[in-house]
Amino acid sequence: MKAQVLVSVEHLYRYYGGACALNDVSFDVNRGEVLGFLGPNGAGKSTTMQILSGNLAPSTGRVLINGMDIVKQPRQAKAALGYLPDQPPLYRELTVNEYLQYCARLHRLPRGEHRVAIDRAKQRCGLTEVGKRLIGNLSKGYQQRVGIAQAIVHMPALVILDEPTVGLDPIQMREIRALIRELSSEHGVILSTHILPEIQATCDRVQIINKGRLVLSDTLAGLQARMHSSSMVVALHKMPPMAELAALPGVGSVELLAEGHRVRLHHTSEQNPAEALVERAVQQGWGLHELIPECVSLEQIFVDITRTEPHEVTDVTRDEAA
Amino acid sequence: MIIFSIAARELRSLFLSPLAWTILAVVQFILAYLFLAQIDVFLQVQPRLAALEGAPGMTELVVVPLFGSAAILLLLVVPLVTMRLVSEERKAQTMSLLFSAPISMTEIIIGKYLGIMGFLLITLALIALMPLTLLLGGALDGGMLFSGLLGLALLLGSFAAVGLFMSTLSAQPAVAAISTFGVLLLLWILDWVGNNSSGEIKGIFGYLSMLRHYELLLKGMFDSSDVIYYLLLIMVFLVLSVHRLDADRIQR
Repeated sequence: MKAQVLVSVEHLYRYYGGACALNDVSFDVNRGEVLGFLGPNGAGKSTTMQILSGNLAPSTGRVLINGMDIVKQPRQAKAALGYLPDQPPLYRELTVNEYLQYCARLHRLPRGEHRVAIDRAKQRCGLTEVGKRLIGNLSKGYQQRVGIAQAIVHMPALVILDEPTVGLDPIQMREIRALIRELSSEHGVILSTHILPEIQATCDRVQIINKGRLVLSDTLAGLQARMHSSSMVVALHKMPPMAELAALPGVGSVELLAEGHRVRLHHTSEQNPAEALVERAVQQGWGLHELIPECVSLEQIFVDITRTEPHEVTDVTRDEAA
Repeated sequence: MIIFSIAARELRSLFLSPLAWTILAVVQFILAYLFLAQIDVFLQVQPRLAALEGAPGMTELVVVPLFGSAAILLLLVVPLVTMRLVSEERKAQTMSLLFSAPISMTEIIIGKYLGIMGFLLITLALIALMPLTLLLGGALDGGMLFSGLLGLALLLGSFAAVGLFMSTLSAQPAVAAISTFGVLLLLWILDWVGNNSSGEIKGIFGYLSMLRHYELLLKGMFDSSDVIYYLLLIMVFLVLSVHRLDADRIQR
Protein backbone atom coordinates (compact mmCIF):
# COMPACT_ATOMS: atom_id res chain seq x y z
CA MET A 1 0.00 0.00 0.00
CA LYS A 2 1.50 3.29 -1.09
CA ALA A 3 -0.15 5.99 0.94
CA GLN A 4 0.21 9.70 0.39
CA VAL A 5 2.61 11.33 2.81
CA LEU A 6 0.95 14.25 4.57
CA VAL A 7 3.56 15.27 7.07
CA SER A 8 7.20 14.51 6.98
CA VAL A 9 9.42 15.41 9.87
CA GLU A 10 13.13 15.31 9.23
CA HIS A 11 15.84 15.24 11.88
CA LEU A 12 14.23 17.61 14.31
CA TYR A 13 16.36 19.05 17.08
CA ARG A 14 15.23 21.56 19.61
CA TYR A 15 17.23 23.05 22.46
CA TYR A 16 15.96 25.10 25.37
CA GLY A 17 19.06 26.92 26.45
CA GLY A 18 21.51 24.09 26.96
CA ALA A 19 18.89 21.41 27.47
CA CYS A 20 18.08 19.27 24.48
CA ALA A 21 14.32 18.73 24.31
CA LEU A 22 14.23 16.94 20.97
CA ASN A 23 17.02 14.85 19.61
CA ASP A 24 16.91 13.77 15.98
CA VAL A 25 13.20 13.06 15.65
CA SER A 26 12.04 11.93 12.21
CA PHE A 27 8.76 10.42 11.13
CA ASP A 28 6.05 10.53 8.49
CA VAL A 29 2.30 10.67 8.73
CA ASN A 30 0.10 9.52 5.88
CA ARG A 31 -3.28 10.80 4.85
CA GLY A 32 -6.09 9.03 6.66
CA GLU A 33 -3.85 7.80 9.44
CA VAL A 34 -4.04 8.35 13.17
CA LEU A 35 -0.62 8.59 14.72
CA GLY A 36 -0.45 8.23 18.47
CA PHE A 37 2.33 10.06 20.21
CA LEU A 38 3.12 8.56 23.55
CA GLY A 39 5.59 9.52 26.19
CA PRO A 40 6.04 10.29 29.86
CA ASN A 41 5.71 13.86 31.06
CA GLY A 42 8.47 16.10 29.82
CA ALA A 43 9.55 13.70 27.09
CA GLY A 44 9.09 16.24 24.32
CA LYS A 45 5.54 15.46 23.18
CA SER A 46 4.22 18.99 23.43
CA THR A 47 7.42 20.44 22.01
CA THR A 48 7.00 18.24 18.95
CA MET A 49 3.36 19.27 18.60
CA GLN A 50 4.27 22.94 18.91
CA ILE A 51 6.91 22.63 16.23
CA LEU A 52 4.54 20.77 13.92
CA SER A 53 1.95 23.50 14.34
CA GLY A 54 4.42 26.32 13.75
CA ASN A 55 4.21 27.68 17.29
CA LEU A 56 7.85 26.94 17.85
CA ALA A 57 10.75 26.87 15.42
CA PRO A 58 13.01 23.84 15.45
CA SER A 59 16.67 24.44 16.24
CA THR A 60 17.56 22.33 13.21
CA GLY A 61 15.64 19.97 10.99
CA ARG A 62 12.49 20.65 9.06
CA VAL A 63 8.81 19.89 8.95
CA LEU A 64 6.92 19.53 5.69
CA ILE A 65 3.15 19.64 5.74
CA ASN A 66 1.64 18.75 2.41
CA GLY A 67 5.11 19.38 0.98
CA MET A 68 5.31 22.92 2.41
CA ASP A 69 8.00 23.88 4.88
CA ILE A 70 6.38 25.20 8.07
CA VAL A 71 9.18 27.70 8.65
CA LYS A 72 9.77 28.88 5.09
CA GLN A 73 6.22 28.80 3.74
CA PRO A 74 4.22 29.17 6.92
CA ARG A 75 1.06 30.45 5.32
CA GLN A 76 0.60 27.56 2.90
CA ALA A 77 1.67 24.98 5.46
CA LYS A 78 -0.55 26.34 8.24
CA ALA A 79 -3.56 26.47 5.94
CA ALA A 80 -3.47 22.67 5.97
CA LEU A 81 -3.43 22.18 9.72
CA GLY A 82 -5.65 22.49 12.72
CA TYR A 83 -4.08 22.49 16.16
CA LEU A 84 -5.42 21.96 19.64
CA PRO A 85 -2.71 22.78 22.20
CA ASP A 86 -2.74 21.18 25.63
CA GLN A 87 -4.48 24.34 26.88
CA PRO A 88 -7.36 25.04 24.48
CA PRO A 89 -6.88 28.59 23.13
CA LEU A 90 -10.31 29.96 24.02
CA TYR A 91 -11.53 33.51 24.41
CA ARG A 92 -13.74 33.17 27.43
CA GLU A 93 -15.68 36.36 26.76
CA LEU A 94 -17.00 35.18 23.38
CA THR A 95 -19.86 32.81 22.68
CA VAL A 96 -19.15 29.50 20.99
CA ASN A 97 -20.60 30.77 17.71
CA GLU A 98 -18.64 34.00 17.76
CA TYR A 99 -15.47 32.16 18.60
CA LEU A 100 -15.82 29.61 15.82
CA GLN A 101 -16.70 32.40 13.43
CA TYR A 102 -13.47 34.14 14.36
CA CYS A 103 -11.50 30.92 13.86
CA ALA A 104 -13.08 30.41 10.45
CA ARG A 105 -12.03 33.94 9.50
CA LEU A 106 -8.50 33.44 10.77
CA HIS A 107 -8.23 30.40 8.56
CA ARG A 108 -9.41 32.42 5.58
CA LEU A 109 -12.53 30.42 4.85
CA PRO A 110 -14.65 32.17 2.24
CA ARG A 111 -17.39 34.13 3.95
CA GLY A 112 -20.17 32.16 2.30
CA GLU A 113 -18.93 28.87 3.76
CA HIS A 114 -18.75 30.04 7.37
CA ARG A 115 -22.21 28.93 8.40
CA VAL A 116 -21.91 25.47 6.94
CA ALA A 117 -18.42 24.94 8.33
CA ILE A 118 -19.36 26.13 11.81
CA ASP A 119 -22.54 24.06 11.90
CA ARG A 120 -20.64 20.98 10.81
CA ALA A 121 -17.91 21.46 13.41
CA LYS A 122 -20.47 22.06 16.15
CA GLN A 123 -22.46 19.03 15.14
CA ARG A 124 -19.39 16.80 15.08
CA CYS A 125 -18.25 17.94 18.51
CA GLY A 126 -21.72 17.88 20.06
CA LEU A 127 -21.89 21.63 20.55
CA THR A 128 -25.09 22.38 18.66
CA GLU A 129 -27.00 23.27 21.79
CA VAL A 130 -24.43 25.53 23.40
CA GLY A 131 -23.73 27.76 20.38
CA LYS A 132 -25.09 30.89 22.05
CA ARG A 133 -23.44 30.38 25.41
CA LEU A 134 -20.30 32.12 26.62
CA ILE A 135 -17.26 29.91 26.48
CA GLY A 136 -16.22 31.02 29.95
CA ASN A 137 -19.45 29.61 31.38
CA LEU A 138 -19.09 26.17 29.82
CA SER A 139 -17.79 23.17 31.73
CA LYS A 140 -14.26 21.92 31.18
CA GLY A 141 -15.46 19.10 28.95
CA TYR A 142 -17.39 21.43 26.71
CA GLN A 143 -14.49 23.84 26.55
CA GLN A 144 -12.30 20.99 25.42
CA ARG A 145 -14.83 20.22 22.70
CA VAL A 146 -14.84 23.82 21.57
CA GLY A 147 -11.07 23.49 21.32
CA ILE A 148 -11.46 20.48 19.06
CA ALA A 149 -14.14 22.22 17.00
CA GLN A 150 -11.71 25.09 16.52
CA ALA A 151 -9.11 22.69 15.15
CA ILE A 152 -11.43 21.11 12.59
CA VAL A 153 -13.67 24.00 11.57
CA HIS A 154 -11.69 24.72 8.41
CA MET A 155 -11.42 21.02 7.45
CA PRO A 156 -7.62 20.91 7.51
CA ALA A 157 -5.74 17.99 5.99
CA LEU A 158 -3.90 17.50 9.26
CA VAL A 159 -5.34 17.73 12.75
CA ILE A 160 -2.93 17.90 15.67
CA LEU A 161 -4.46 17.18 19.05
CA ASP A 162 -2.35 17.58 22.16
CA GLU A 163 -3.93 15.56 24.97
CA PRO A 164 -7.51 16.10 23.79
CA THR A 165 -9.28 14.07 26.46
CA VAL A 166 -7.74 15.64 29.56
CA GLY A 167 -10.46 16.64 31.99
CA LEU A 168 -13.26 14.77 30.27
CA ASP A 169 -15.56 12.23 31.87
CA PRO A 170 -15.45 8.65 30.58
CA ILE A 171 -18.47 9.09 28.34
CA GLN A 172 -17.10 12.22 26.77
CA MET A 173 -13.77 10.46 26.33
CA ARG A 174 -15.47 7.76 24.34
CA GLU A 175 -17.25 10.33 22.22
CA ILE A 176 -14.02 12.16 21.53
CA ARG A 177 -12.30 8.92 20.59
CA ALA A 178 -15.12 8.08 18.22
CA LEU A 179 -14.77 11.57 16.78
CA ILE A 180 -11.04 11.06 16.26
CA ARG A 181 -11.71 7.81 14.42
CA GLU A 182 -14.28 9.59 12.31
CA LEU A 183 -11.85 12.39 11.52
CA SER A 184 -9.28 9.93 10.30
CA SER A 185 -11.44 9.08 7.32
CA GLU A 186 -10.74 12.49 5.83
CA HIS A 187 -7.87 13.96 7.80
CA GLY A 188 -4.52 12.84 9.02
CA VAL A 189 -4.50 13.01 12.80
CA ILE A 190 -1.63 13.29 15.21
CA LEU A 191 -2.67 12.60 18.76
CA SER A 192 -0.46 13.11 21.74
CA THR A 193 -1.44 11.51 24.98
CA HIS A 194 -0.20 9.62 27.98
CA ILE A 195 -3.37 7.60 28.28
CA LEU A 196 -2.63 4.15 26.92
CA PRO A 197 -6.14 2.82 26.26
CA GLU A 198 -6.75 5.92 24.18
CA ILE A 199 -3.92 4.92 21.88
CA GLN A 200 -5.29 1.41 21.63
CA ALA A 201 -8.77 2.69 20.86
CA THR A 202 -7.91 5.24 18.22
CA CYS A 203 -4.53 4.92 16.61
CA ASP A 204 -3.19 3.14 13.56
CA ARG A 205 0.39 3.78 14.46
CA VAL A 206 2.16 4.46 17.71
CA GLN A 207 5.31 6.33 18.47
CA ILE A 208 6.89 6.44 21.86
CA ILE A 209 9.14 9.35 22.68
CA ASN A 210 11.40 9.45 25.69
CA LYS A 211 13.88 12.12 26.73
CA GLY A 212 13.56 13.79 23.36
CA ARG A 213 14.28 10.67 21.34
CA LEU A 214 11.92 8.54 19.35
CA VAL A 215 12.34 5.12 20.92
CA LEU A 216 9.62 3.16 19.18
CA SER A 217 7.60 3.49 16.05
CA ASP A 218 5.23 0.70 15.17
CA THR A 219 1.78 0.02 13.80
CA LEU A 220 -0.85 -0.85 16.36
CA ALA A 221 -1.12 -4.30 14.78
CA GLY A 222 2.62 -4.75 15.16
CA LEU A 223 2.41 -3.69 18.76
CA GLN A 224 -0.39 -6.10 19.41
CA ALA A 225 1.70 -8.91 17.93
CA ARG A 226 4.42 -7.84 20.26
CA MET A 227 1.98 -7.88 23.14
CA HIS A 228 1.06 -11.49 22.39
CA SER A 229 4.43 -12.36 23.53
CA SER A 230 6.04 -15.61 24.13
CA SER A 231 4.85 -17.32 27.25
CA MET A 232 1.90 -19.30 28.57
CA VAL A 233 0.91 -20.62 31.93
CA VAL A 234 -0.20 -24.25 32.01
CA ALA A 235 -1.83 -26.09 34.93
CA LEU A 236 -1.63 -29.86 35.04
CA HIS A 237 -2.97 -32.33 37.63
CA LYS A 238 -0.18 -34.81 37.07
CA MET A 239 3.08 -33.01 36.56
CA PRO A 240 5.37 -34.72 34.07
CA PRO A 241 9.17 -34.34 34.32
CA MET A 242 10.37 -30.90 33.32
CA ALA A 243 12.58 -32.29 30.61
CA GLU A 244 9.57 -33.73 28.81
CA LEU A 245 7.87 -30.34 28.70
CA ALA A 246 11.04 -28.66 27.57
CA ALA A 247 11.28 -31.14 24.70
CA LEU A 248 8.01 -29.94 23.15
CA PRO A 249 8.61 -28.23 19.81
CA GLY A 250 9.13 -24.49 20.23
CA VAL A 251 9.53 -24.48 23.99
CA GLY A 252 12.59 -22.57 25.12
CA SER A 253 12.52 -22.90 28.85
CA VAL A 254 10.18 -24.13 31.54
CA GLU A 255 9.61 -22.50 34.86
CA LEU A 256 7.87 -24.25 37.75
CA LEU A 257 5.53 -21.91 39.53
CA ALA A 258 5.11 -21.83 43.27
CA GLU A 259 1.86 -23.75 43.45
CA GLY A 260 3.56 -26.92 42.24
CA HIS A 261 1.16 -27.96 39.49
CA ARG A 262 1.57 -24.88 37.29
CA VAL A 263 4.38 -24.20 34.90
CA ARG A 264 5.23 -21.27 32.70
CA LEU A 265 6.44 -22.20 29.22
CA HIS A 266 8.55 -19.69 27.36
CA HIS A 267 8.53 -20.21 23.64
CA THR A 268 9.71 -18.62 20.44
CA SER A 269 7.25 -16.28 18.80
CA GLU A 270 7.33 -18.24 15.52
CA GLN A 271 6.27 -21.57 16.95
CA ASN A 272 3.45 -21.88 19.43
CA PRO A 273 3.66 -25.16 21.36
CA ALA A 274 0.05 -25.05 22.58
CA GLU A 275 -1.29 -27.55 20.07
CA ALA A 276 1.50 -30.06 20.63
CA LEU A 277 1.17 -29.64 24.35
CA VAL A 278 -2.54 -30.37 24.37
CA GLU A 279 -2.08 -33.46 22.17
CA ARG A 280 0.66 -34.78 24.41
CA ALA A 281 -1.30 -34.03 27.56
CA VAL A 282 -4.28 -36.03 26.31
CA GLN A 283 -2.10 -38.97 25.21
CA GLN A 284 -0.22 -39.16 28.50
CA GLY A 285 -3.13 -38.20 30.73
CA TRP A 286 -1.41 -35.23 32.41
CA GLY A 287 -4.75 -33.76 33.36
CA LEU A 288 -4.49 -30.40 31.61
CA HIS A 289 -7.08 -28.04 33.02
CA GLU A 290 -5.67 -24.57 32.31
CA LEU A 291 -3.80 -23.00 29.43
CA ILE A 292 -3.39 -19.22 29.55
CA PRO A 293 -1.40 -17.40 26.89
CA GLU A 294 0.22 -14.45 28.63
CA CYS A 295 -0.14 -10.98 27.18
CA VAL A 296 2.19 -8.13 27.82
CA SER A 297 0.13 -4.98 28.13
CA LEU A 298 0.88 -1.86 26.18
CA GLU A 299 1.61 -0.39 29.56
CA GLN A 300 4.32 -2.97 30.13
CA ILE A 301 5.91 -2.20 26.77
CA PHE A 302 5.69 1.49 27.50
CA VAL A 303 7.29 1.10 30.91
CA ASP A 304 10.01 -1.19 29.58
CA ILE A 305 10.90 1.14 26.76
CA THR A 306 10.85 4.35 28.66
CA ARG A 307 12.73 2.98 31.63
CA THR A 308 15.70 1.49 29.82
CA GLU A 309 18.16 3.93 28.40
CA PRO A 310 17.46 4.16 24.68
CA HIS A 311 20.42 3.53 22.43
CA GLU A 312 18.79 2.91 19.12
CA VAL A 313 15.50 3.66 17.53
CA THR A 314 13.51 0.48 17.24
CA ASP A 315 11.71 1.05 14.03
CA VAL A 316 9.82 -2.11 13.36
CA THR A 317 7.92 -0.84 10.34
CA ARG A 318 11.15 -0.04 8.59
CA ASP A 319 12.73 -3.36 9.56
CA GLU A 320 9.79 -5.25 8.19
CA ALA A 321 9.84 -3.33 4.96
CA ALA A 322 13.52 -4.05 4.44
CA MET B 1 -9.52 41.07 5.39
CA ILE B 2 -7.90 39.10 8.13
CA ILE B 3 -6.37 42.19 9.76
CA PHE B 4 -9.81 43.66 10.29
CA SER B 5 -11.09 40.39 11.74
CA ILE B 6 -8.35 40.53 14.34
CA ALA B 7 -8.98 44.22 14.96
CA ALA B 8 -12.72 43.63 15.31
CA ARG B 9 -12.21 40.85 17.83
CA GLU B 10 -9.81 42.98 19.82
CA LEU B 11 -12.28 45.86 19.94
CA ARG B 12 -15.16 43.56 20.76
CA SER B 13 -13.30 41.89 23.61
CA LEU B 14 -12.44 45.32 24.98
CA PHE B 15 -16.06 46.38 25.09
CA LEU B 16 -17.15 43.05 26.54
CA SER B 17 -15.09 43.81 29.61
CA PRO B 18 -16.01 46.65 31.96
CA LEU B 19 -12.51 48.11 31.52
CA ALA B 20 -13.23 49.96 28.27
CA TRP B 21 -16.49 51.44 29.55
CA THR B 22 -14.90 52.51 32.81
CA ILE B 23 -12.03 54.20 31.03
CA LEU B 24 -14.36 56.03 28.65
CA ALA B 25 -16.49 57.19 31.56
CA VAL B 26 -13.61 58.35 33.75
CA VAL B 27 -11.82 60.17 30.94
CA GLN B 28 -15.02 61.85 29.88
CA PHE B 29 -15.91 62.88 33.41
CA ILE B 30 -12.54 64.38 34.25
CA LEU B 31 -12.20 66.20 30.95
CA ALA B 32 -15.75 67.54 31.20
CA TYR B 33 -14.86 68.99 34.60
CA LEU B 34 -11.71 70.63 33.22
CA PHE B 35 -13.65 71.86 30.22
CA LEU B 36 -16.26 73.56 32.36
CA ALA B 37 -13.60 75.10 34.58
CA GLN B 38 -11.88 76.45 31.50
CA ILE B 39 -15.09 77.96 30.19
CA ASP B 40 -15.63 79.61 33.54
CA VAL B 41 -12.21 81.23 33.33
CA PHE B 42 -12.91 82.32 29.79
CA LEU B 43 -16.21 83.94 30.75
CA GLN B 44 -14.49 85.89 33.51
CA VAL B 45 -11.78 87.30 31.31
CA GLN B 46 -13.95 87.79 28.25
CA PRO B 47 -14.96 91.44 28.96
CA ARG B 48 -11.33 92.45 29.30
CA LEU B 49 -10.33 90.54 26.20
CA ALA B 50 -12.96 92.26 24.14
CA ALA B 51 -11.11 95.53 24.64
CA LEU B 52 -7.84 94.11 23.37
CA GLU B 53 -6.70 94.09 19.79
CA GLY B 54 -5.81 90.58 18.51
CA ALA B 55 -6.71 88.93 21.80
CA PRO B 56 -6.73 85.09 22.05
CA GLY B 57 -10.08 83.58 21.15
CA MET B 58 -12.23 80.84 22.57
CA THR B 59 -10.29 78.10 20.79
CA GLU B 60 -7.01 79.18 22.27
CA LEU B 61 -8.31 79.71 25.78
CA VAL B 62 -10.60 76.71 26.10
CA VAL B 63 -9.83 74.06 23.50
CA VAL B 64 -6.03 74.13 23.64
CA PRO B 65 -5.81 73.71 27.43
CA LEU B 66 -8.44 70.97 27.23
CA PHE B 67 -6.44 69.01 24.69
CA GLY B 68 -3.31 69.61 26.71
CA SER B 69 -4.85 68.00 29.78
CA ALA B 70 -6.38 65.25 27.64
CA ALA B 71 -2.90 64.26 26.49
CA ILE B 72 -1.64 63.92 30.07
CA LEU B 73 -4.72 62.01 31.15
CA LEU B 74 -4.51 59.62 28.21
CA LEU B 75 -0.84 59.06 28.90
CA LEU B 76 -1.99 57.57 32.19
CA VAL B 77 -4.88 55.64 30.70
CA VAL B 78 -3.56 54.17 27.44
CA PRO B 79 -1.17 51.72 29.15
CA LEU B 80 -4.22 50.20 30.85
CA VAL B 81 -5.89 49.36 27.55
CA THR B 82 -2.80 48.29 25.67
CA MET B 83 -1.40 46.11 28.44
CA ARG B 84 -3.57 43.13 27.65
CA LEU B 85 -3.03 43.11 23.89
CA VAL B 86 -0.42 40.39 23.70
CA SER B 87 0.46 39.61 27.29
CA GLU B 88 -3.02 38.45 28.20
CA GLU B 89 -3.16 36.18 25.17
CA ARG B 90 0.16 34.78 26.26
CA LYS B 91 -1.08 34.27 29.79
CA ALA B 92 -4.29 32.57 28.65
CA GLN B 93 -2.28 30.67 26.03
CA THR B 94 -4.58 31.78 23.24
CA MET B 95 -1.64 33.01 21.20
CA SER B 96 -1.28 29.59 19.63
CA LEU B 97 -4.61 30.09 17.89
CA LEU B 98 -3.08 32.96 15.96
CA PHE B 99 0.28 31.27 15.54
CA SER B 100 -1.14 28.11 14.02
CA ALA B 101 -3.48 29.96 11.67
CA PRO B 102 -2.19 30.99 8.25
CA ILE B 103 -1.46 34.57 9.29
CA SER B 104 1.81 36.44 9.37
CA MET B 105 3.15 38.12 12.51
CA THR B 106 2.78 41.48 10.77
CA GLU B 107 -0.91 40.85 10.24
CA ILE B 108 -1.35 39.91 13.90
CA ILE B 109 0.41 43.07 15.10
CA ILE B 110 -1.33 45.42 12.68
CA GLY B 111 -4.67 43.82 13.47
CA LYS B 112 -4.18 44.30 17.18
CA TYR B 113 -2.92 47.84 16.65
CA LEU B 114 -5.93 48.79 14.57
CA GLY B 115 -8.22 47.26 17.16
CA ILE B 116 -6.81 49.38 19.94
CA MET B 117 -6.71 52.44 17.70
CA GLY B 118 -10.40 51.92 17.07
CA PHE B 119 -11.01 52.24 20.77
CA LEU B 120 -8.73 55.26 21.15
CA LEU B 121 -10.38 57.03 18.22
CA ILE B 122 -13.77 56.50 19.86
CA THR B 123 -12.32 58.12 22.98
CA LEU B 124 -11.00 60.96 20.84
CA ALA B 125 -14.36 61.46 19.15
CA LEU B 126 -16.04 61.74 22.55
CA ILE B 127 -13.47 64.30 23.68
CA ALA B 128 -13.92 66.26 20.45
CA LEU B 129 -17.63 66.54 21.11
CA MET B 130 -16.97 68.90 24.02
CA PRO B 131 -15.35 71.76 22.06
CA LEU B 132 -17.88 71.23 19.30
CA THR B 133 -20.69 72.13 21.67
CA LEU B 134 -19.16 75.60 21.86
CA LEU B 135 -20.37 76.12 18.30
CA LEU B 136 -23.83 76.58 19.80
CA GLY B 137 -22.83 79.90 21.33
CA GLY B 138 -19.82 81.09 19.42
CA ALA B 139 -17.30 80.52 16.66
CA LEU B 140 -14.25 78.26 16.75
CA ASP B 141 -10.99 78.43 14.89
CA GLY B 142 -11.51 75.39 12.65
CA GLY B 143 -7.90 75.04 11.57
CA MET B 144 -6.63 75.16 15.12
CA LEU B 145 -9.22 72.66 16.29
CA PHE B 146 -8.33 70.32 13.46
CA SER B 147 -4.60 70.52 14.05
CA GLY B 148 -5.17 69.90 17.76
CA LEU B 149 -7.29 66.84 17.04
CA LEU B 150 -4.71 65.56 14.57
CA GLY B 151 -2.01 66.05 17.18
CA LEU B 152 -4.00 64.17 19.79
CA ALA B 153 -4.75 61.35 17.33
CA LEU B 154 -1.07 60.99 16.42
CA LEU B 155 -0.13 61.11 20.07
CA LEU B 156 -2.61 58.35 20.87
CA GLY B 157 -1.24 56.36 17.93
CA SER B 158 2.25 56.59 19.40
CA PHE B 159 1.04 55.70 22.89
CA ALA B 160 -0.70 52.63 21.48
CA ALA B 161 2.35 51.52 19.49
CA VAL B 162 4.60 51.80 22.54
CA GLY B 163 1.99 49.99 24.64
CA LEU B 164 1.67 47.20 22.11
CA PHE B 165 5.40 46.69 22.03
CA MET B 166 5.64 46.62 25.82
CA SER B 167 2.81 44.11 25.86
CA THR B 168 4.74 41.77 23.55
CA LEU B 169 7.62 41.81 26.02
CA SER B 170 5.78 40.35 28.95
CA ALA B 171 3.27 37.72 29.93
CA GLN B 172 2.10 39.88 32.82
CA PRO B 173 -0.36 42.64 31.86
CA ALA B 174 0.59 44.67 34.93
CA VAL B 175 4.26 44.63 34.01
CA ALA B 176 3.36 45.71 30.48
CA ALA B 177 1.25 48.58 31.81
CA ILE B 178 3.91 49.89 34.16
CA SER B 179 6.70 49.70 31.62
CA THR B 180 4.53 51.37 28.97
CA PHE B 181 3.80 54.16 31.41
CA GLY B 182 7.51 54.50 32.16
CA VAL B 183 8.53 54.72 28.52
CA LEU B 184 5.75 57.15 27.66
CA LEU B 185 6.55 59.41 30.56
CA LEU B 186 10.23 59.35 29.66
CA LEU B 187 9.47 60.26 26.06
CA TRP B 188 7.22 63.01 27.35
CA ILE B 189 9.69 64.69 29.69
CA LEU B 190 12.78 64.07 27.59
CA ASP B 191 13.26 67.74 26.76
CA TRP B 192 13.56 68.74 30.40
CA VAL B 193 17.12 67.56 30.24
CA GLY B 194 17.80 70.23 27.66
CA ASN B 195 17.08 73.10 30.02
CA ASN B 196 20.46 73.00 31.72
CA SER B 197 22.72 71.70 28.99
CA SER B 198 24.14 73.27 25.90
CA GLY B 199 22.74 73.59 22.39
CA GLU B 200 23.31 70.30 20.66
CA ILE B 201 22.11 67.93 23.38
CA LYS B 202 19.20 70.19 24.04
CA GLY B 203 18.29 70.03 20.36
CA ILE B 204 18.39 66.24 20.15
CA PHE B 205 16.48 65.58 23.33
CA GLY B 206 14.06 68.33 22.52
CA TYR B 207 13.41 66.78 19.15
CA LEU B 208 12.86 63.31 20.61
CA SER B 209 10.34 64.56 23.14
CA MET B 210 6.72 63.83 22.27
CA LEU B 211 5.61 66.90 24.19
CA ARG B 212 7.46 69.34 21.96
CA HIS B 213 5.80 68.14 18.76
CA TYR B 214 2.40 68.00 20.35
CA GLU B 215 2.65 71.55 21.65
CA LEU B 216 3.39 72.84 18.18
CA LEU B 217 0.38 71.08 16.71
CA LEU B 218 -1.79 72.34 19.54
CA LYS B 219 -0.84 75.90 18.74
CA GLY B 220 -2.17 75.33 15.28
CA MET B 221 1.24 75.13 13.68
CA PHE B 222 0.95 72.26 11.27
CA ASP B 223 4.43 71.16 10.33
CA SER B 224 4.79 67.95 8.34
CA SER B 225 8.00 67.13 10.23
CA ASP B 226 5.96 66.82 13.44
CA VAL B 227 3.56 64.47 11.75
CA ILE B 228 6.45 62.45 10.36
CA TYR B 229 7.99 62.25 13.84
CA TYR B 230 4.88 60.52 15.16
CA LEU B 231 4.51 58.25 12.15
CA LEU B 232 8.14 57.18 12.50
CA LEU B 233 7.69 56.50 16.19
CA ILE B 234 4.62 54.36 15.46
CA MET B 235 6.42 52.46 12.71
CA VAL B 236 9.46 51.76 14.84
CA PHE B 237 7.45 50.30 17.69
CA LEU B 238 5.24 48.24 15.38
CA VAL B 239 8.26 46.76 13.62
CA LEU B 240 9.85 46.01 17.00
CA SER B 241 6.64 44.28 18.08
CA VAL B 242 6.59 42.08 14.98
CA HIS B 243 10.18 41.07 15.64
CA ARG B 244 9.49 40.39 19.27
CA LEU B 245 6.55 38.18 18.41
CA ASP B 246 8.62 36.33 15.85
CA ALA B 247 11.32 35.73 18.43
CA ASP B 248 8.73 33.96 20.56
CA ARG B 249 8.85 30.95 18.31
CA ILE B 250 12.59 30.78 18.19
CA GLN B 251 13.41 30.90 21.86
CA ARG B 252 11.07 30.80 24.76
